[in-house]
Amino acid sequence: MPMLTRYYIKASFIHLLLGLLLGVLLALPTAADVLFAALRPVYLHLIILGWVGQLIIGVMYWMFPKYSPTQPRGNQRLGWAIFVALNGGLLLRAIGEALLSLAPESASGWLLAVSAVLLFAAGWGVVANTWQRVRER
Amino acid sequence: MPRISVWMVRTALLYLGIGFTFGALMLWNKGIPTQPSLWRLLQPHIEFLIFGWTLQLAMGVATWILPRFSQPPRYGNLALAWAAFFSLNSGVLLAAFATWQAHAFYGLLGIGRALELLAALFFVAYAWSRVKPLSTIA
Ligand code: HEM
Repeated sequence: MPMLTRYYIKASFIHLLLGLLLGVLLALPTAADVLFAALRPVYLHLIILGWVGQLIIGVMYWMFPKYSPTQPRGNQRLGWAIFVALNGGLLLRAIGEALLSLAPESASGWLLAVSAVLLFAAGWGVVANTWQRVRER
Repeated sequence: MPRISVWMVRTALLYLGIGFTFGALMLWNKGIPTQPSLWRLLQPHIEFLIFGWTLQLAMGVATWILPRFSQPPRYGNLALAWAAFFSLNSGVLLAAFATWQAHAFYGLLGIGRALELLAALFFVAYAWSRVKPLSTIA
């Protein structure tokens, strides 16, 4: 299993644990409604994107047909850049959504905008790095 | 990988890119309000990423890697898998279009959802017999 896949899979486990932990926190009677509204999308995306999506991306990188004998997994640098953008984007979103609800006047909106750009790049990065590996044999 | 899997996986990748784009537009707009109507992308975002991407990727990979038959046609009745492909994609596009409208188009949404159901029926009918032990005869 390539090193990058190990990073993806382990990061996906961390997102799963964080997501489930957030789920518990949001279920506590003391959780303020505003915070709940703000963190519900973070909770869902930690699980569906940080865990499921990231696990899929990591396993595709490992198991899909080879791109070429010298570059079996496509562009490795792009693979790492996607990893950083995806995890950085998710992390910034979690911080940004919480700050935006607690201190709407802060500059937290920019955190969400930067997160949006990172996640957008991660998504199209996956498309670009996987496309040629999906072919008939 | 058989041709049908290439079509399913590549189409799934396109939904991934577009679904992430919708998400990014909404997220940007949430942080720096730009255009309120961007919120109308929420349902298409969910439709594209759950069914267009995740479900379709799983269908494409399953068609590729489930145990094959020892006699031709080794991938089974691929006409059913193609029916699932066309039905799923028309369903996802119709449902996304219907919910993107300023006043959601419930008739169209119903047709889209029915096509998604039909796609799942086609695919289950296709894959059912390939969920089996590996054949011993190569
Ligand atoms: C596998 C990928 C993804 C799936 C399955 C997914 C699914 C969902 C779902 C189910 C919701 C509704 C949440 C709710 O009702 O609270 C949602 C909302 C949203 N998603 Fe995603 N999403 C994915 C990726 C992304 C990405 C990459 C972005 C950003 C670039 C994003 C941005 C958003 C935003 C901004 C909302 C609205 C949140 C709000 O109500 O404030 N999503 N998504």
